[in-house]
This record gives sequence, structure tokens and C-alpha cells, in this order.
Amino acid sequence: MSKLIRLTIQRQDARESHPYAQTFEIEHKPQMNVISCLQDIAARPVTVAGEQTTPVAWDCNCLEEVCGACTMVINGRVRQACTALVDNLLKEQATIDLKPMSKFPVVRDLFVDRSRMFAALKKVRAWIDVDTYGYLGEGPKVEPSVADRRYELSCCMTCGCCMDVCPQVNDGSDFIGPQAIGQAALFNMHPTGAMSADQRLEALMGPGGITDCGNAQNCVKACPKEVPLTWAIGKTGRDTTVHAIRRWFVK
Amino acid sequence: MAKQRVVIVGGGLAGLSAAMKLAEDEVSVDLISMVPVKRSHSVCAQGGINCCNKFTRSQGDTEWNHFDDTAYGGEFLNNQPPIKEMCDWAPKIIDLADRLGVPFNRSPEGNLAVRRFGGTLYKRTIYAGASTGQQLLYALDEQVRRWETEGRITTYEFWEFLGPIIDDQGVCRGCVAQDMFSLEIRAFPADAVILATGGCGLIFGKSTMSMVCTGGASARAYQAGANYANGEFVQVHPTAIPGADKLRLISEAARGEAGRVWVPRKPGDTRHPNQIPEPERLYFLEEKYPTYKNLVPRDIATREIFAMCRAGYSVDPATYAVYLDLTERATGIKREVLEHKLGAILEIYEKFVGTDPLDEPMKIFPAVHYSMGGLWVDFEADPKTGGLRLDSPRNQQTSIPGLYAIGEADYQYHGANRLGANSLLSCIFAGLMIGPGIRSWLKTVPGGGAAAAASSLFEAAVSKHKDATHQLVNRAGTENPYLIHRELGALMTRNCTVVRVNADLKTTLGELDVLHERWRRSALSDKGQWTNQNLSFTRALGDMLIVAKVIASGALDRDECRGAHYKPEFEIPAPTATEPDELKRQATEWCARYFEQNRKWLKTTLARHTASGPQLSYEPVDVSLLPPRPRTYGVRGADIIEKIWKQQYAGKPMASAGEASPRAALAAN
Ligand code: SF4
Ligand code: SF4
Ligand code: FES
Repeated sequence: MSKLIRLTIQRQDARESHPYAQTFEIEHKPQMNVISCLQDIAARPVTVAGEQTTPVAWDCNCLEEVCGACTMVINGRVRQACTALVDNLLKEQATIDLKPMSKFPVVRDLFVDRSRMFAALKKVRAWIDVDTYGYLGEGPKVEPSVADRRYELSCCMTCGCCMDVCPQVNDGSDFIGPQAIGQAALFNMHPTGAMSADQRLEALMGPGGITDCGNAQNCVKACPKEVPLTWAIGKTGRDTTVHAIRRWFVK
Repeated sequence: MAKQRVVIVGGGLAGLSAAMKLAEDEVSVDLISMVPVKRSHSVCAQGGINCCNKFTRSQGDTEWNHFDDTAYGGEFLNNQPPIKEMCDWAPKIIDLADRLGVPFNRSPEGNLAVRRFGGTLYKRTIYAGASTGQQLLYALDEQVRRWETEGRITTYEFWEFLGPIIDDQGVCRGCVAQDMFSLEIRAFPADAVILATGGCGLIFGKSTMSMVCTGGASARAYQAGANYANGEFVQVHPTAIPGADKLRLISEAARGEAGRVWVPRKPGDTRHPNQIPEPERLYFLEEKYPTYKNLVPRDIATREIFAMCRAGYSVDPATYAVYLDLTERATGIKREVLEHKLGAILEIYEKFVGTDPLDEPMKIFPAVHYSMGGLWVDFEADPKTGGLRLDSPRNQQTSIPGLYAIGEADYQYHGANRLGANSLLSCIFAGLMIGPGIRSWLKTVPGGGAAAAASSLFEAAVSKHKDATHQLVNRAGTENPYLIHRELGALMTRNCTVVRVNADLKTTLGELDVLHERWRRSALSDKGQWTNQNLSFTRALGDMLIVAKVIASGALDRDECRGAHYKPEFEIPAPTATEPDELKRQATEWCARYFEQNRKWLKTTLARHTASGPQLSYEPVDVSLLPPRPRTYGVRGADIIEKIWKQQYAGKPMASAGEASPRAALAAN
């Protein structure tokens, strides 16, 4: 007989309802990850107690850790479900434990609402203000080292791991969070983006801005894409200071 | 007059580029997507995007070469004016992407770096590490966000397209969609609807595609009367890694950066690959294709891998696998260099398989990857340029006026086989190019557009979808949709991928009917009214079954080998004689048969939906710019074929029987 694996999943029926736990047992298969466990449960939504239930709701798309959708708390650690391989999880503990991310409102079960992260991208104007999509010739030349750093920042998939572990992101604060600061740095480093750097720095000053970061460095450790967040926070922090002084002089 | 609106469904590269272009031109856009657009499947594209720019030009490349490679790669099944236009635009598209801040890799001088890809001898692929699709998508997503803040684009994320709204004149006046959280169903009146909803890999169960790639939206348009074209052309990528939930792509860039495919010369050799010395390795692609080597097009690489494995050379007894070797020993390239250029795919392999591809060869498998077929769309050629009339409202229009399709959802650009790094290009190209055509359509939209349509049209459409949903939710039955999906995937993978046999295709069609019948008896395990993923999945499964029949019947009827569609029963045997006169005779016969095959089958398959299944017809392909020629990729022994073809067939017109086509009908209007 094949091996059974056990998962305890925190469920929640709707936005305002109370969470509760359910335990499932499914057959072990080679190359299993948490997504395939949830798929197997969806195919047969029966708890270990034999109770017929509904499939667990969760968010996913790419299944290869590049879309950022499937973030959840797995065995106590926030990460992507698609790269969470069952055999490795079972080495950590006997029962796999799944909970939704802690810093975002739950929509249902493991499915959370991360729209605040996309709103933050609007706030810091995370784009290049090109004049037109019509043909204006080549883009500016970019130094290879700058291109490389920008590539690292640009790998951010808005997954929210860094937000979930940041002590400054909590119910009582408006802190914009590390991801948006990283993206502001990404655009401020681009030759054209730099022309509107002041607007991005402005957006990061004041309440909820960059000074709310306590420099705990949890974010950079939690980021699955190794986005250089603390570098971006340091750089952007210095830039905002310079910007503030300049603004003071210009006034 | 009320303000005109355009609805775009799908927020991958195609949908986003259309949205930003229309927004710039002051058209109001509603963008509907099942996922936050930043999480669309385009993020999975790794290797790069093709264009002939100043660098590749200095190596002797031209836009025409890119066009030729694209037509030859697609075995001439792609209409030529659209691909000509696309290749001519490619360098400008890259320049725009560069201006938008895409972090492309750079040369030491700060120019865009290039790599080589499959099906070409030129280095013309621009890339951003090994996550080019992700980086391009983000740049477009950022622009769309910019227009959102200006109020020109309204995004409806986590909304699912249920179907177009078509009036009694047969014109599309908007669509119906459902909020995936509240399950609210509402109409989106619009003067044009653009489907940019991607491919249909989930029909094959596990593929390299993302979870939203069910083909559901195209299937819904098809069932509403839009024609589906070339459904049988499905790309199987030669290099992926298996998983319980998905097959994960290892980009062609791995071979573009000198990765080599091999198996041990001794079948079943159980030694660790690093222990197998050079003379005991069989680099079978390099031996058979001395010109293109490991960079033959995907359909050919996949078939060769399959053939080796069938002959007992698989390196994994449980499945069909070969080695893809990126170690310094095989490539002569230093670890740091490859880490820099291929980081993202090396990481994927390491995360899922657990070994470092720069230490030991990867074990790779073929996997369903891309739908060349899709919704039939029109174009209007410009005889002056050989390309397209860019302001024509016919470009990218489906057979339903006012309903458009772009990106992987359409069939237009890749013929019988897509070349690597042409998909990102075709998506962005069609998305940008459709702008002027849509504006022409808006100026002349018949009957005053959506604003003039009776409200009863929209109410009726909404209530039809509400009823269907209600029925689905409350359906009783003992069948399980998830298990039916697994059976569908296994069936389609077995019979409709690399090797196709008529007897099996016939059985497949029968089994699809049985599965469809069982689907009608499947019941939801969640009847709730909040974030019901079970509902969305089960509905899409019904649509997948419909498109599966289009794929299987197209494959059954097409008795030839072309690109990804390979039927050994109809293969023209390659010349084998060693005696020169006999070899010449065989090659002459080969050419005669190939010419005859083109005359008969160089046609687009059109499927029309009927209650009893797809009804097929064929229309000629526009080959006005480049005459078709044998697609040999310089395989050993093919020189004689090429020589005879040049002597006897080059320039000979390929009179094809012109059946009444929707294109001709639309043009006549
Ligand atoms: S360094 Fe700043 S942003 Fe990062 S976790 Fe700490 S407080 Fe949060
Ligand atoms: S910075 Fe890293 S952890 Fe934070 S959202 Fe981006 S990818 Fe996720
Ligand atoms: S599903 Fe995309 S990151 Fe896991």
C-alpha cells in the first residue's frame, strides 16, 4: 500500500467568518508539491473524520514560482505552495500545516486579498512615463551593472512574503511595505525613470513611507526571488533624505 | 453619442499591449481577467523575443530572414502578410520595450545582448535573463496601471468571461462575465471585444501552461459561432521536467547558450551521466542535423527525442527522457556566465529536481507547450508592402464582426510549428497592431454600436448565463469533474501529441463523446455562492471537451505530416539509396509527392461548432511572398532533395482549390 500523507488546513468560509481547521489524508505520489495535494483534496474533499466537505479555495496560476499567486503559510513559514515539495516538508514535521498569509484579508480558506500591494505600485508610480508608444527609436543605453541590479529588482512577483514577515506591516500601521520600495528603486535607477524620481521619493516620505521601516531585515530573508530589498530600502532612504534637503532649499 | 468602449479579456502580453495602446489613443477600455494581470501565463515565457536589430543586422541578418525562418519553421501554414508585418515591426517593438524599462541583458557596450534560438542560424533573440516573458509582462502591466490611474482603463480582476453578446445581425455587442468571488454575473456592453485569453494546454492534463490556460474563453466564442482554425497544431516542447501537478519548462535558451542533448551510446547504461566518457555519448541531434545541431525547431527535436526513447535509449526507465547538458565539460562555458544568462531556469530545475544543472546534466522530457491553432482571425494585406493594411478593421477580427482575438488565442502567426521566441513577439505585435484597426471599426460600427442596442439584448444574455450557471451548480450526478479531467488529459496526451495514428484518433473521438456525456452527469462538490472554484473548473472542463474534439477531428482528417502534426502513416519516406541514379530517382519522387501534399493540404483547417461536433472545412493559405519548399533543416542526406526541388519546383505556382472561405465572404461585404 502506498504511503498516506496528512495535512491540516486552516479554513474560512468567507471574509468575515471564523477560521477552523480540517485534516485530510491523501496518497503520496512522486514529485508532489503542496499544489498537487490541494488538487487531490479538491478531487475528493473528505476529511480524515470522513466528513464530506468543499474543496479548499486557494490562489495559484503558474505553478513554477514566477507568478507569485500561491503564497501561503506552510509549516509556519510564508512561501509559495508550488515550490513546497512534500518530501521536504515531511522532513520538517509529520503533518503538513497550511494557513493563509497573516497580513492580508482572507477571501476564503487559503485565498487572500493582496490588492493593497498593487495599490502601492500606483502610489509610487512604478512605471516609466514614456511620451508615446509610437516609434521614437532606441531606448537609452544602460550600463550592464545597472541592468543587472534592475533585473534583480524587477523579478519581484508581488507575492507578499516580504509583507507577511515585516513587523512594521500590521493592522495598526499604513506602512507601504518593502516590495513597493524595491519597485520605486527599480524605476529610479532607469535613465528615463530617474527623470521622475522625485515623485516616487515624495510618495515614500511622510506617514506610511520609508521611515516606518525598522530595518529588521526580515523581508529580504523571506523573499523567494532574492530581490535586494534592504539594498533598495537603504538606497531609497538616502535618496529621500537628499530629496528632502533639496526641497527645503528650493522652497 | 455615448462614449465608445472596448472590452479586452485577458491580461497577458497581448491583452495588455492592446489595452495600453488603445488607452493612449483615448479609447476607454474594460480589462477583464481571471487573475491579477501581473500573474498571467506570459510570466512563464523564459528564453527571449526575436527581432532583427542593428546588432543582428551587422551579422548579416535581415527582417526578411526572420520572416523566412518563421514561414519555414511553420511549414508554410502561416499566412504570409501577417508574419511579414510582424517581423518588420519586431525591432521597433524591442525598442519600445527597452524604452519602457525592461531590464534586458546588455552587451559590454551597453547595447542589447542577443542569443541564438531554435530554427534559425542567426543570433536574434533579445532576452532578460531567463525570465523574458515575466519582465516584458511587468513592463506592460506597469503601463496599464499608469492608465488606470488616469481613468482610461478599468480593470476587472478575478472576473471570468462567459461568452460574447451577439445581436440578431450577428454583430458582437459586448460580453457577459462573472465575478469569481461574489459570483455576480453581469453584461459588459462594448463596441468591440478582444479575446486575449491564451492557449488551451489544460486539455492535455499536465502541460507547461498555467492553470488558467483551459482555452475556456476561446471555446465559448467558438460555441457562439466563431470559427476555430488549425486546432490540431499543438506544440510539444522537447525540454521540460515532470511534476505531480505540472510539467515545467526548461527554456530553449539552454540550448541557445550551447546546451547539448545526448544519451549514452549503450541503451540502458546505468552509470551516472558524469561518469560516461565523451566517446560513449550519442549527441544525436548534432549528428543528424550538422547545420542546426541542437537548435532544430521544437517539433523536430521532440520527434527525435521520442524516436531515441522508443529505440530504448531513454535515460529513465519509467519514462521518455534524455540528457540536456549545460556542464562546463560539455559546453566549454564557465559556470558564472551561464548563471548570469540562465539563472531563472537553473533555479527552477534545482528547486524541483534537487540537482544543480551546472554540476550534472538535466534529465528532460517533452511536454505540451503551445497552441498554434486558435480562433480564426482575418487580415487585410497591403499589396504595396506585402504586409498588412494597418488600419483595417479586418485585422485580427474573428468570424463574428466586432469580436477580435489576439495572442495565443488566435491562430495567425505560427503555422504548423512555432519558432522559439516568436510567441512573445506575436503577442505584443498583435496587441499593438490591433489599435488602429479597432479605431477604424469603432468609426463604422454598424447599427450605432452597443449604446444603441436594446437593453433586452444584454438582459437576455445575462439571464441565459445565469440559468446555465444555476443548472450547473444544482446538477445532480455521481461523476467527478476532477477525475474526468485527468482521463481527458491522459487520452489527449496519448493520442493527440507527438505521434498520431488514425485508428487511435477515431477511438479518441469516441472516448471524448463518452467523457462529455459523463461530464453532463458530473456534480459540484461545492454548491456555495462565494469564491466557488469548483464551479469555474467544472464549467471550463465542459469547454475543454469541446475544443478537444476540434483538435482530435482536425488531426484525424489531416492525412499528412506538417510541422507538429506528425502521422507516420502518411510520411513521405526519405531517399535512402546509395547508388546515385537510384538516389536521384527517389529524391525526384519525394519532391513530386511533397508538391502534391502541399497542393492538397497546405490549407487552414476551419472548425465550425455544431451540436453533433465540429464541422470541418479548409481555406487556402496566403503564400504570396515566399513559395513553399521542403522543410529539411539540412538533415543528413537532404541535399539531393533540395537540389531537385530547386530545379523542378522552385517558383512553380501551387494552385490550391479555393473553397469558399469566411475571409473571402468578409472581404466581399
Ligand atoms: S527591513 Fe524594513 S521593510 Fe524589511 S522587514 Fe524590516 S521593517 Fe519590514
Ligand atoms: S520583494 Fe520578494 S517577497 Fe516581496 S513581493 Fe516581491 S518577490 Fe515577493
Ligand atoms: S503558482 Fe505561481 S508562484 Fe506558485
